[in-house]
Amino acid sequence: MEIKVIKNILGENDRFAAENRAMFAEKGVFVVNFMGSPGAGKTSVLEKTMERLKGELSMAVIEGDLFTSKDAERIDRHGVPVIQINTAGGCHLDANMVQKTVREMDLAALDLLVVENVGNLVCPAEFALGEDARAVVLSVTEGDDKPMKYPLMFKESEIALINKIDLAPYCNFNCASAKEDISMLHPGIEIAELSCTTGEGVDVWCDWLRRGVVAKKAEVRA
Amino acid sequence: MEAEAAQWLRGLFSIHHREAGNNHATKVREVGLLIGEMAGVEQESLEFSWRVLTEGTPAEGAVLKVRRVPLVGRCAKCGREFHIEHYDFWCPVCKDGVLKTISGREMQVEYLEVD
Repeated sequence: MEIKVIKNILGENDRFAAENRAMFAEKGVFVVNFMGSPGAGKTSVLEKTMERLKGELSMAVIEGDLFTSKDAERIDRHGVPVIQINTAGGCHLDANMVQKTVREMDLAALDLLVVENVGNLVCPAEFALGEDARAVVLSVTEGDDKPMKYPLMFKESEIALINKIDLAPYCNFNCASAKEDISMLHPGIEIAELSCTTGEGVDVWCDWLRRGVVAKKAEVRA
Repeated sequence: MEAEAAQWLRGLFSIHHREAGNNHATKVREVGLLIGEMAGVEQESLEFSWRVLTEGTPAEGAVLKVRRVPLVGRCAKCGREFHIEHYDFWCPVCKDGVLKTISGREMQVEYLEVD
């Protein structure tokens, strides 16, 4: 006997993500799923972001990590509320983990929630968390071929940050080629060249966050 | 990556379990899957994990039949549909038109063949 099914295998995650999305919409908080390889500089970018947006936006961070709380400690030093999720070996965050975590947060008091995913260019792209937008960090030390090697991550992101741009001359990183590939995968994506050492490009990224926050608040009022 | 495969399989397994249970199946012969070209699923690892997970269950020995779904986009400007080559999401005709994905991201259970 054949039973017709047609069900999404990740349907359960999608259900949790939809619940999260509704909760974030109700509270008017702009939520970013922040992704990239281990060592791409995700936490460093967040540190710069916190410095820049301090006193302007009310922000909180969820830190996804396999085992440690090293990144959460770095965030905590900036006086920004941070909650750690340890996936105990899991290579990505899922919507259920995020839902359990945000229950401990005062979402209504926030403008911006950044969820730093586990360092990985593959799996996090498959799991919606209920976010408004995805952002991917690619550092020049990883090589300009990464967008085409990990297409889904770039396809699914609204903004790509090319980090450690001050090191580009030493890394044989063809920035034009990387940008062309990213734009081919996702026509219209925003791309910012950025360095946490020199501060270059941090404003472009922060402006993108500001616009997201404003758009989200407008949505809630409408 | 292994954790993703595990989660993926849990999803697959729970669908199969529910459907088979609802239909009072005693033995699952075959599971039909729809996997998009851009779904990033590795068939060999999937089959290996499926074998491990179904051991000692009514689905032990069930065959996974995978149907690949091509990555197809529709141009937002001219409305034509194209198979997306080399992940280039620009319309090959309009040049500045953007292809919106209409298939190729599937990860679905299509059918179960049971006794």
